Amino acid sequence: MTWFLLIVLFVPQVVLGGEAKPLAEDPVAEARLKHLAVELRCLVCQNQTLADSNAPLAEDLRREVREMIAKNMSDQEIIDFLVQRYGDFVLYRPPVKATTTLLWIGPFLLLAGGAVALGLVLKRRRQAVTDMPITDEDHRRVEQLLSQGEKRS
Amino acid sequence: MKRFLLPVAIFAVLVGFLAVGLTLNPREIPSPLVGRVAPDFSLPQLHESDKVFSPKELAGKVWLLNFWASWCNGCKEEHPVLMRMAQAGNVPIYGMDYKDRRDEALTWLRRHGNPYVLTGVDEAGRIGINYGVYGVPETYVIDKQGVIRYKQIGPLDDEVVAKTIIPLVKELQSK
Amino acid sequence: MIPEVGHFALILALCVALVQGVFPIYGAAAGSPVLMSMAKPAARAQFLLVLIAFCCLGYAFAEKDFSVLYVAANANSKLPLHYRLAAIWGAHEGSLLLWTFILTLWMMAVTLFSKHLPEAMRARILGVMGLVSLGFLLFMLTVSNPFERLIPAAPDGRDLNPLLQDPGMVMHPPMLYMGYVGFSVAFAFAIAALLGGNLDAAWARWSRPWTTVAWCFLTVGIALGSGWAYYELGWGGWWFWDPVENASFMPWLAGTALMHSLAVTDKRGGFKVWTVLLAIMAFSLSLLGTFLVRSGVLTSVHAFATDPKRGLFILVFLAIVIGGSLLLYAWRAPRVGLGGGFDLVSRESMLLANNVLLVVAMGSVLLGTLYPLFLDALGLGKISVGPPYFDTVFVPLMTPAIFLMGIGPLAQWKRASLPALAMQLRWAFGVSVGTALLLPFVLGKWTPLLSLGLLLSLWIVTTTVAHIRERVSHLVGNSLLSCLAALPRAYWGMVLAHCGIAVFIIGVTMVKGFEVEQDLRMNVGETATIGGYTFRFDGAQEVKGPNYIAARGIFNVTKEGREVTMMYPEKRLYAVQNQAMTEAAIDSGLLRDLYVSLGEPLEDGAWSVRLYHKPFIDWIWGGCLIMALGGLLAVSDRRYRLAWRRERAEAPEALQPLEKGAA
Repeated sequence: MTWFLLIVLFVPQVVLGGEAKPLAEDPVAEARLKHLAVELRCLVCQNQTLADSNAPLAEDLRREVREMIAKNMSDQEIIDFLVQRYGDFVLYRPPVKATTTLLWIGPFLLLAGGAVALGLVLKRRRQAVTDMPITDEDHRRVEQLLSQGEKRS
Repeated sequence: MKRFLLPVAIFAVLVGFLAVGLTLNPREIPSPLVGRVAPDFSLPQLHESDKVFSPKELAGKVWLLNFWASWCNGCKEEHPVLMRMAQAGNVPIYGMDYKDRRDEALTWLRRHGNPYVLTGVDEAGRIGINYGVYGVPETYVIDKQGVIRYKQIGPLDDEVVAKTIIPLVKELQSK
Repeated sequence: MIPEVGHFALILALCVALVQGVFPIYGAAAGSPVLMSMAKPAARAQFLLVLIAFCCLGYAFAEKDFSVLYVAANANSKLPLHYRLAAIWGAHEGSLLLWTFILTLWMMAVTLFSKHLPEAMRARILGVMGLVSLGFLLFMLTVSNPFERLIPAAPDGRDLNPLLQDPGMVMHPPMLYMGYVGFSVAFAFAIAALLGGNLDAAWARWSRPWTTVAWCFLTVGIALGSGWAYYELGWGGWWFWDPVENASFMPWLAGTALMHSLAVTDKRGGFKVWTVLLAIMAFSLSLLGTFLVRSGVLTSVHAFATDPKRGLFILVFLAIVIGGSLLLYAWRAPRVGLGGGFDLVSRESMLLANNVLLVVAMGSVLLGTLYPLFLDALGLGKISVGPPYFDTVFVPLMTPAIFLMGIGPLAQWKRASLPALAMQLRWAFGVSVGTALLLPFVLGKWTPLLSLGLLLSLWIVTTTVAHIRERVSHLVGNSLLSCLAALPRAYWGMVLAHCGIAVFIIGVTMVKGFEVEQDLRMNVGETATIGGYTFRFDGAQEVKGPNYIAARGIFNVTKEGREVTMMYPEKRLYAVQNQAMTEAAIDSGLLRDLYVSLGEPLEDGAWSVRLYHKPFIDWIWGGCLIMALGGLLAVSDRRYRLAWRRERAEAPEALQPLEKGAA
């Protein structure tokens, strides 16, 4: 019996490890935190999301958000909480308001403008097209000539 | 003919913005709380921990709330400025010890001087978050109705105090 | 002594740049062969002088000369030699020297490969490049001198930022700059053409290989940056739409549009004015990127030490170079005639549409990057524009472009028939749509974005097969293989590059759709399973590096009982800058990456650990590499090789007829 005990005590307990547990207390809440935090900006380093930053303020803010999640606040309420204190700067997804209308519509305005310009150019160029009938035989001859040219060099 | 000038016109506008951009600081986050009522709190005081510090008690007064910490270099920089302001006596300065240790904070004040009427202890940084603090030191000017009228991000210097803070305080005190 | 030699070399180079920038261009306008012939020797002299300066700085780093301020700020006695040398471009001043050096490298290349160009054109091209290098040398010598002395010398240096002590960092800036600066050649060609008034198909043909090679380098440079961020920053991301990343992506988008536009100008003489504008735009965006990174106008993870004086200098330089070239464009472009006409449905119209989409995408990225600045400058508050915005906007813009990518190569020049195209592509369309809709179910998960990604990449591949078949069907040859071999390399280059994009899209789609992550606390001996792989934590040990100490975790990875690999993530502490760094352990495979990153030590030898399974992520950078290879293949096409061979065989340059052109 003593031998058995000694062996168990001194053999490194590597084999009988078991499953690692998630770091977070509540994985469901943590998933929600992650979902919110990837769109929030860390105010200290300013170039990382709240999810990735290790700054003390980021840890504090994550703690606050976790508490708000535990209180069953909605995503919008949590975002509003942070915006009230830090302004729109904290959001990586710019809110849609009067000052950001140009930002959100801009790309599509550009696209529309580009399409109009394209249309005008195409209309103008189209008038300059003269027609020339080309048969399949012509196509074959062309490719033949081209491939012969390749071999010669 | 005109459309060939379009690219250079757009570019000129862009350069204008970039030139203005050189004078701005993209890292500074202005506070959305300016013009709003200062968030309420009730915290233990640093020197007398059985007593409580709350902004409600300061209604009717114009006062400064200065967030600081013993581990903060900028606070050391601005401390002489605060001491001078406290001596001049224009406006009472209240401190908020942010995410600090009590004994270290007390030692720090003893060493550098104490310009504060009293200091609150925000150990977890929650009040800081409510005030939109993202670094120390930060200072708020709060008026008689308890509304935040100005936020200084970073250390105070004599110029800001003379040109912005004191005139603002005098104006608010006369209301 | 050596740093002073380097400094002096830069001053000499400045004088040479002045000569190179002024006389040849004037000479081309006045028709003076003497003045024009100054361009080539001036360019070569500049290359030599800047090379000397570069080597002097390298010498200072190698010999740990801490009396040079820049060396003291970026190196340390314990920093290994290869990183000491890479530290040359580790911060602002040195990276400018690298920029200038690469510019002179391209200048040198132009002097070597331009015998077929008319003298006046070459004089103008080198002249324009000389003016650009003049600006950079002036910048360095006035406010960004890498050879500035530190007196008294520092006892030891502040060390290179630990994030930069990495092979990726060694290669990323040089590749990126080769791309950025390479676009200056296309820019110089465009300006030369505007100045000389000869904007024709020949100009486009000469310009193409230079543009393509620059584009290849830029593609590789951006891919290296992204890959480096992935394995160095420890959070598994590979693109953040950070302002500096955007600053490199915008020239890439413009450069891609430029390459396609040059193809039309070369083959059909069309789009001349548009191509010139694109060439100006691509290089302008490179310069703009340089400005954004160094001026402090935007916050970025890349920000060099900023100084408003420097920002102002670059802005003025930008205004002169870009403003000047756009004014020249406004003046000269209207005189350039239209190219040939083409129909509403034709290869030209599709390439034009592709160009419009790429430029709109670039404009959107620019808008998003600068919008916070716009609002702040107007006093309208501070906002942030991050990945959620860019992801939302970019994908809808690129989708039609990729759709066109499939049809374009099949469409004929000048006039194509939409019904005929639809007939040729019906199989490709059916297979792509069908597979894209059904495959996600087989893989276990269906989302619209997943299907879209699969659809786009499959569309590219199936349409590529369709148009290879179409090309081959017209050939008369012995076997399929000989027919394929007969197709020109430029064509295979295009095929490869387009397939590279398909590979890239698959990588992005699969990673975003199927990656899994777990945040765990692991005690010694515990296991975790992710993506079918089982990770066992075998504890952590302390290891010493040349200039750091680290805690190294030991992970044993198995799959269904079979040993796969051992992984050793580290948490390093670099002594000099007192900075902690996570060195993730990555096991790369063709079909997946396993990614382990150490968090914080907990009690009893346990650690917080993050595990990732990222399927197909290496296809992202693999796709970029394939794209670049496609570009290189296209440049090695027969006609360029022939032209080169012809050039080498020619006896001393025959005098080209003088161009008494408009000024």
